Amino acid sequence: MSIAIKSLHARGLELADANYQLRVLHEGDVAGLPTFPQKLAEHGIDGLTPTTMRVLQLNIGKMCNQSCKHCHVDAGPDRKEMMSKELLRRCIDVARTHGFSVVDITGGAPEMHPDFRWLVEELSASNIKVMVRCNLTIILANPKYHDLPAFFAMHGVHVVSSLPFYDERNTDRQRGDGVFRDSIEALQMLNRVGYGVNGSGLVIDLVYNPVGALLPGPQAQLERDFKRELHQRHGITFNSLICITNMPISRFLEFLLASGNYARYMEKLVAAFNPAAALGVMCRDTISVGYDGMLYDCDFNQMLELPVNGPSRHINDFDAGVLMHRRIVVDQHCYGCTAGAGSSCGGQIEV
Amino acid sequence: MANYYDPADLAKFGKIGDFQKPLADKYFAWYGEVFAEGALTQREKSLIALAVAHAIQCPYCIDAYTTDSMEKGASEAMMMEAVHVAAAIRGGASLVHATMMMNKVNETLM
Repeated sequence: MSIAIKSLHARGLELADANYQLRVLHEGDVAGLPTFPQKLAEHGIDGLTPTTMRVLQLNIGKMCNQSCKHCHVDAGPDRKEMMSKELLRRCIDVARTHGFSVVDITGGAPEMHPDFRWLVEELSASNIKVMVRCNLTIILANPKYHDLPAFFAMHGVHVVSSLPFYDERNTDRQRGDGVFRDSIEALQMLNRVGYGVNGSGLVIDLVYNPVGALLPGPQAQLERDFKRELHQRHGITFNSLICITNMPISRFLEFLLASGNYARYMEKLVAAFNPAAALGVMCRDTISVGYDGMLYDCDFNQMLELPVNGPSRHINDFDAGVLMHRRIVVDQHCYGCTAGAGSSCGGQIEV
Repeated sequence: MANYYDPADLAKFGKIGDFQKPLADKYFAWYGEVFAEGALTQREKSLIALAVAHAIQCPYCIDAYTTDSMEKGASEAMMMEAVHVAAAIRGGASLVHATMMMNKVNETLM
């Protein structure tokens, strides 16, 4: 049975500190594992550099109606950090000026940000594709969110939503009691306005990540399972299943340490290192912006407070030329994105 | 030898080649091919392995193929059904021998 948990921050744990997490990744019970740069070098890869700047990912706040056990953001109802409207405006300007084709809005539950709808409207008006990482339950959390499916549809938002498994037991184990039931109802609401329905042009992708110290299974096979089970049991349709590996940071790191799985999980990630996946990682075409405007190579670096290399470290100092010539910041958690078929916010890299 | 079974020994499986390499090499090459995607999916093979692991009650195999089945996307229900198949065959193997007992009874008694 799943019990609602508070964020690491609210519990005052040292694991809430990014530097402490990095120390665990380097000095924890993982002696003898190669560093990530060493592993890249073994395969003749001299660090990672950007290929393009296609996706501007905005983490607009850490507040969330859920507090999932594996959350890499350490988000929850007790987190208050939110991006100011001034910074949001600056992000929109950057997205417009520098030709980003997608703005990927995440959190927390980004819909809880008071300027969320304004942000989507502004981006949509500029013909920038908007992706929203929606946790589904937010749609039912309060009557003021019940019209989110219609709002998303009006702006052609690409909705990406976590559903760790197609059964209640495993979903609630990771995301909290009642989450599966509400997620199913929210998916049915999204289906009713056209999401996941052939020919509608409205896309809802689901995200699978393992409910424990495991690598994700083969994406194509799991997608077939999810589609069959969700349709048979609940009449739900969706577009694609995205498999994401849990990163050994924040609350998932807490679980790994508390359950005695940490060393085994790190060994598993390292053993499954795939050089092809390393060359396809999302940080090569993404810029991630924190709630305070700081720039990162990805959302995971953001949570470890590892900003981009070079002088263009804040959205107010955004310099595309400098950023395109940066070396991407890597550390031990990067093994999560390069294990097996690879993992990114867009799913497995080699499908 | 403090323990007959140690989870850490699972990771040492490859070391059987230290005592006899050519046979170990052949075994592991064959093992790898057996579990590759073929007429059966990798998940189906993993579930068969999980069932066999229970039938032969090998702790190492149960450890390895519980993890592997989950990583192949098997649900808890799939894994438990696989174990029931193993158990049903084991139970049936005992029970079907009852026909020998019955044959013996029938040929012995008037």
